[in-house]
Formats: sequence, C-alpha cells, structure tokens
Amino acid sequence: MAVLTEEQQMLRDGAQEWVSKRAPVSAFRATRDSGAVFDPALWKEIAEMGWAGMVVPEAQGGSDFGLTGMGLVLEEMGKTLVASPLFISGLVAASAIKSIGNDAQKADWLTKIADGSAIVTLAIDEGTRHNTAQTAMQAQADGDGFTLSGTKVQVIEGIAADAFLVLARTSGAAGDTDGLTLFLVPANSAGITRTQLKTFDSRGHAKVVFDGVKVGKDAVVGTIGGAHAPLEKVLDVARVGIACEMLGLCQQAFDTTLEYLKTRVQFNTILAQFQALQHRMADLFMELQLARSVIEHAVREIDAGGDGAEEAAILAKGFVGDVANKMSRQMIQLHGGIGMTDQYDAGFYIKRSRVLEATFGNQSQQSERWANLHDY
Amino acid sequence: MVYQFVAGRATARPSRNAEKGRSKPMNAQDSQLAAFRAEAREWLAKNFPKSLTGKRDVLMDIAPRYPEGEDWAAWKTAMGDKGWGTPTWPTEYGAGGLSRQEAMILDDEIERIGAFNPIVGMGVNMLGPTLLEFGTDEQRAQHLPLVVRGAVNWCQGYSEPGAGSDLASLKTKAEDKGDHYLVNGQKIWTSGSMYADWCFCLVRTSNDHKHEGISFLLIDMHSPGVEVRPITLISGKQTFAEVFFTDVKVEKGNLVGDLRQGWTIAKRLMQHERNGIGARKVSVGELRPVHEVAKEYIGTDDQGRLSDYDLRARIARHQMWERAQRLTVARVVEESKQGPSEATSVMKNAGSVSIQTREELLMEIMGNRGIGWEGDDYLPVEIEQTRQMLQNKANSIYGGTYEIQANIISKRILGMLDHQ
Repeated sequence: MAVLTEEQQMLRDGAQEWVSKRAPVSAFRATRDSGAVFDPALWKEIAEMGWAGMVVPEAQGGSDFGLTGMGLVLEEMGKTLVASPLFISGLVAASAIKSIGNDAQKADWLTKIADGSAIVTLAIDEGTRHNTAQTAMQAQADGDGFTLSGTKVQVIEGIAADAFLVLARTSGAAGDTDGLTLFLVPANSAGITRTQLKTFDSRGHAKVVFDGVKVGKDAVVGTIGGAHAPLEKVLDVARVGIACEMLGLCQQAFDTTLEYLKTRVQFNTILAQFQALQHRMADLFMELQLARSVIEHAVREIDAGGDGAEEAAILAKGFVGDVANKMSRQMIQLHGGIGMTDQYDAGFYIKRSRVLEATFGNQSQQSERWANLHDY
Repeated sequence: MVYQFVAGRATARPSRNAEKGRSKPMNAQDSQLAAFRAEAREWLAKNFPKSLTGKRDVLMDIAPRYPEGEDWAAWKTAMGDKGWGTPTWPTEYGAGGLSRQEAMILDDEIERIGAFNPIVGMGVNMLGPTLLEFGTDEQRAQHLPLVVRGAVNWCQGYSEPGAGSDLASLKTKAEDKGDHYLVNGQKIWTSGSMYADWCFCLVRTSNDHKHEGISFLLIDMHSPGVEVRPITLISGKQTFAEVFFTDVKVEKGNLVGDLRQGWTIAKRLMQHERNGIGARKVSVGELRPVHEVAKEYIGTDDQGRLSDYDLRARIARHQMWERAQRLTVARVVEESKQGPSEATSVMKNAGSVSIQTREELLMEIMGNRGIGWEGDDYLPVEIEQTRQMLQNKANSIYGGTYEIQANIISKRILGMLDHQ
C-alpha cells in the first residue's frame, strides 16, 4: 500500500467504513434484484460526503483532491461493486468540463456535479468498439448553432443523466481525428430519446438517439473541430479511474477466493493445502501487487498532468485490465460449482470486470496505443 | 595475432536509448547501488572535462599513445587518482575496489554523459588480472599502481616468426645465469611495442618439453639489447612491430608464477584478452528497448509499425509487464522506508518473468542470427545475446527457484498452510 498522506489515509478509511456499512455487495444485489441501476439513496450519501466534488476546484464547491483521492474511493467501491454515477459524473464529466469547458460552463455545471444535484455523462461511443476518431454523428451548422443527429451507445448512466457531453462531427469523415466537436447538451432537449441497455453488469448504460437536436453556440465545449486531443486526455483520466475500480475488484476477488480456499474442505483437507492452488494464488498475488504499483503510479502521473500521464494511463487500463480478467476468471474456477451460481457473488465480479475492460478501450487497444506511443 | 589495445569494446556499442529501458537488478542492495550511482554521477560531473565529451574514438585511434592537452591529462589524472579506470581491482593498489554491480553502474554513468575510461591498454586488460592471480606481492606492488594510473604501457611478447597459431613452438630463450636470465630471440606482431615500457613475454626456459618448457617473464623494454622495429602495414599504419632481444639481462624477480608455468598463465591471460576483445560483452538487447532491436531485425511497414504484428503485440504486452515490475521495485523501496512491504515477496518472481520474457523475445527477433554459438558468421553481440538468454534461465533457479518463491508467498504471506 502506498505511503499515504494523513488526508488520504482518512479518506480511504472513511470510504472503507462507508462501503462496508452502507454498500456491501448485498446492497448491490438488492439494487440489481429491484431492477434499478443504482440506489439513489446511496448516491445522495456519496454526494453528501463530498466525493462527487473530489476533482472539482474549490471555487466551484469541490475539494480539488485530484485522482489520487478519487482513486482511493473508486478502489474501495470496486471491492463491493458499488453502483453509482460517481465515476462518470464526478470524475469524467467534471474533468472534461474543468479542462475543456469555458467559464460559463464551469459555473453552470461543476457546482451541480460537485453537490450531486446534476449527473453529467459522456455520449461518445457509436460502434462496437470504443474509438473516438470513428465518430460519425453529425453536427450541422444551423444559424447561430448546430443540429445534432445520430445515435450514441454505451452511454454510462445515460438514463439518469441531466446532461450529455456529446462528441459529434462538424467536419471531416469517420476516422479523422480533426473535425470533432464536443457539445454540452441538456438531457431534456427536444429530439433526444434514450433507452436503457440491459448489460450483464446491471449498471446504467443507455442508447441515446439525437434526432435533429438543436443547440446554441454556447453548447460547444472547447474549440470547434478540435475536441479529439483534449477529450483523449480526459479519457485517460477516465481510464485510470476505471483501473482504480478494477484494482479494488481484483483485491476483493482475490481475498474472497483465498478465504474460500481456506475453508472449503475436500479429500479431508482445506483446498489451501494443495500446492497447485497455492502456486496459482502466489502468481495472482504477484500480479495483484504489480497492478497496485501501476495504479499508484498512474494516479500520480495524471494529477501531475505531465508527459508521463498518457503512458501511465495506457499501462493502467491495459495491465490492470489483464489482471482483472484473469482474477475474475480464477475466482470462478477456484470456487468451483458454487462460483457458477447466481446466488454467489463471483459472477458479479467477472461481469463487472468485462464491462470495465471494454469501457474506453480494452487491453489490446491499450497495447496498440503503447506500441504507437513508443514508435513501433 | 591482432590484439585489442583498449579496455573498451571491440564491437560498436548500440546507441543508448532512454534510461528507462535499462533492466535493473532487483535485490535488497538496490538503494545502496542507487546511492553509488548518485555518487558516481556527481563525481563524473565534477571531474570529466566537457570538452572531451564523445571523444573516446580520439583515444582509441592513437592508443596506446595518449592524446595531448590539458583536459586530456586532467581526466586521466582524475580517473587514475580515483582508481576508477580499474574499478574492480583492490584499493591497496590505488584501484577502485568496487563490486561488479557498482562497476557496471559506473560504466553506465560514464557512458551516459559521453565520457569514457582513459585508463586503457594491455596493462589493464591483460597484465593486471594475471598479476592479481599469479604475481608475487612485490610484482603487484611494483606494477599495478602504475597501471591503475595509466602511467605505464605494456605489450605482449607472444608470437614469433615461427610460432603463430602454434604459439607453443616459440623459441625465444631465457637462460638461467644465476642472478638473472639472459634473453635472446625475436617476437613479431607485438602490438604497441613501439610505445611500451614493459613487455610480458613467453620465453623458453627448457627444450625438454614443448609446453612445460615455457615460462612467463616481465621484461623492461628500456633494457639494453631490446630493439623494436615497426612493421608497416598495407594501410600505411604501424600498429605492430618486431621486437629483438639480444643478450637482454632480466632480473629473476621478474618471473611470474613458477618456472615452466608460463603456458598455463598464458592460457589464462588469453581469457582475459578475450574478455577484453569480446569487449565489455555487449549483447544485442543490452541498453536498448526490445522494440528498437525488433525494428532493426524485422523492419517496419509503411506506417512505421513492426512488420510482425503478433510479435509487436507481444512486445507491447511484455514492456507493460516490465514497466509494472519496475514500478513495483520502486514501490517496495518507497514502502520499505515505513516498514516491511508485502510486495517484496513478489519481486524475485516478477523480475524473472520480466527478464526471461525479454530474452526469449530478443531471441525470436534475431531469427537465425539468434541461434549462433560461435564463429565469425555471427556478430559478437548476437552470440552474447544468445548466451545471455541461456544464462538468464538461471534467474528463476538461483536464490530460491520460482516455485520456492511461490511456496514462500502462499505460505508466509497468504497463510495457505497455517489455517485450519
């Protein structure tokens, strides 16, 4: 565990305590069984504790604690699979508006994100794989503003969202990095239809159709046609945020599995006494340690905002994604039959892991980026 | 025979890439080594004249002579006084007394700033190691401090007109005259003898046995009866010379080892020589990220991507793993300041996976140039890489095997036996 400051230590302890008392896995199970994608009461508590404003500047009512702080909370929530808009609104949308938005947009939205009164999300994916450059959705210049037409998928908390950060094309063709523009669009704008996508992690994903949605010039976030590079930076923040959640997920999957191996008796002995299983756990423990090192490095690099951020984000999303994939697979394998049942929690972990792995670029997309970044 | 003059590298060293690409040894001495690196860096920054940056070739070109000029002299004096020109020799001769790891770090730091070792020549490469192994205390005390300071030039008196590949048929004789040996004969291809102060020489002290009749003698080149005649090569250069010994008196204290032990010592010395020529044994992958080597051997497509896409992806995955492993080393160092870090237990296995994956990738990258064992058809760096790949298989065996480490992790850290 990293050497934490006193403030970070308090934050982590607070998150651990809240998660275990208020949001254990059983709480997620209850939410899932009810058909909801998150529990509004828990989201309210999260916001009241100030976590939604952790990357928001103090001027807009946040604590400006950075990803180092937010990452600790996301990791703890990852352990017990807490479903909430914290990641997409409190980290991703807040980071986007903070780094790309103008003063009016910051004033309008950051305060509301920080106090949890608004949920803002990204509407960027269109195809089967995350790829911002492949955006085809059109934003036609129309008088003083633009008309947006197209369909976005995999919009996180798209049903609950109060506003979307929509990526659309003001020029060029799918595949170009130039010509992409980001728009901040209130969810109640005319022409927006959203439907819930029932994904196997039971979280709030949506398909959002924009049918001639008219927005003013003031909806443009950043520069017209120049959204790609700044948005990718924001997405790297998001990728590290996801990796933090995956680390928590890995840790819990590992701990739960280890505990099971120490209690399950077969052949008159606990499974933990079998060397084949000991060695598998030793290897998983090794990878878990490497994953932790990668995360601690990544949150620091992101907060430092320097040249190392991109590589660190690629590493975090790619490497920790690989570890989460293996860990969640082994969780089921080592639990045997009970791991296959819906009644047991192991299934939650593999489902959540696979969604997180795919979100904003999977492992092979990250290794592709790694190779490109290193010029080979 | 062609001998290497300089204790540097016979083979061109691959250009240095980002320091990040270096593989680091991983053990508890890490912080000590880091401290040494800082010390070396500081000392070099203070003492290496910037005007000499990148000028190693100037030295190589005129060795065994030494370039003139104030900065050149200052650099040699500084390194000589510090003893870092002969970093691993004992301090009692004024040498560095460094561990092998420290010496590698020093070498790294020297290279990092475009510096070089000014203490060069056969005294460093060949004579020194031989005296350390076979010499008397008097011989070491007389000769080593001068070598350490680069204050003496040595040459090697081995080949003769009739003794080339069949070196043991040499005829230069040393007769026992009671208090001294009387040497008569001729040596050839004696590199650097024109500038040499001393010669370590194979001489025949007995005719009754071909190999065991040979002894190892140190001869002062300034003695009466020594004549050096440079040989002009077709290039016009005079790198070699013939050396004639005519009734040269050599004190008996200059016999190294026992009488008749000369051949044994010569063979041993040739190993040092080969180490010197094999150069500081640079391998294909050393100092360079794997992908750089891959680009060279495999080539790229029109978008600059490695032509072998599967290999490209595996290299990326490996490098990410390697980075994660190094970040873990750094984390352990950081955490250990506060107390024991549980990540310590995974360091050896994580390191083994890293290095062995890397070596296997390099081997695959080199294709049929990666399977050479010896001979001129393969570059020395390729042969070294191949041997290093094999050598590093020991990495998951020594110091507790991979499986023993897994036992330790599962039992001591995860408590997988204590329970029940």
